[in-house]
Amino acid sequence: MPKHEIHPDKWIDLYADYLFNYTVTRVSDREIAQDLVQDTFLAGLKSMKNFKGEASERTWLISILKRKIIDHYRKINSNKGKAEVRIQYNDAESEGDWLEERVADPFDKTAEDSMQNSELGDAIHNCLGKLPKKQANVFKMKTVLNYETEVICNELNITASNLWVIIHRARTAMADCLKENWF
Amino acid sequence: MPCDEANHVCDKSQYKEASLLEKIKLNLHLIYCKACRGYSKNNAKLTKRIEAAELECLDPKCKEDMKKDLEKALKEQLH
Repeated sequence: MPKHEIHPDKWIDLYADYLFNYTVTRVSDREIAQDLVQDTFLAGLKSMKNFKGEASERTWLISILKRKIIDHYRKINSNKGKAEVRIQYNDAESEGDWLEERVADPFDKTAEDSMQNSELGDAIHNCLGKLPKKQANVFKMKTVLNYETEVICNELNITASNLWVIIHRARTAMADCLKENWF
Repeated sequence: MPCDEANHVCDKSQYKEASLLEKIKLNLHLIYCKACRGYSKNNAKLTKRIEAAELECLDPKCKEDMKKDLEKALKEQLH
């Protein structure tokens, strides 16, 4: 099996959005999510020596991020004091470590919904990762960040017709990529 | 309406940027053009899937800042 290599200079372009999406669905706060992603990259940098190349870079970064997210929940718990620890289970038969449960499922949707969502989200991010960088950028700005056409054109210094050509190519490639499992 | 224009209007309508007249012309085109019907169908599905996934992305400016921080940390580490 070929060993995976590590290239920190490409991390942001390749994984920042993926890690951010992963985090936001789990901590429900964009600013905190952004900090956790940044912390993850810096921690990854520091422990680069420990990267054995058995898993992909992305898997390795996600494993660091998961620990950061758990740490984050521990921290807000200790900040709020002991009152917060006394979460009551409604019936005597439920038991478990409430902290871990909150980390696993801290959002209001049903577990099944969010699992499907994150699987779909992973699939979409994988497909986005296969697009050429410029296409991916324009597509994300237009479709995910919902920026106005004019704003994107100014920012990237392209014309509106350029933008629509890029969007068309990206949408065609994305539909092809998702077709097999999600259409 | 030629096919490339039909696809362009279809793309615009995914972002609710197509005018009523454009949409009428597109629908007329779709009646007789099988290829564009296929594209329209997949394009609408893509929009639905992306909405369902509730995707989040970082702002490009914010990514630039992250890049700078990471580069700085990388340099410090190498020295």
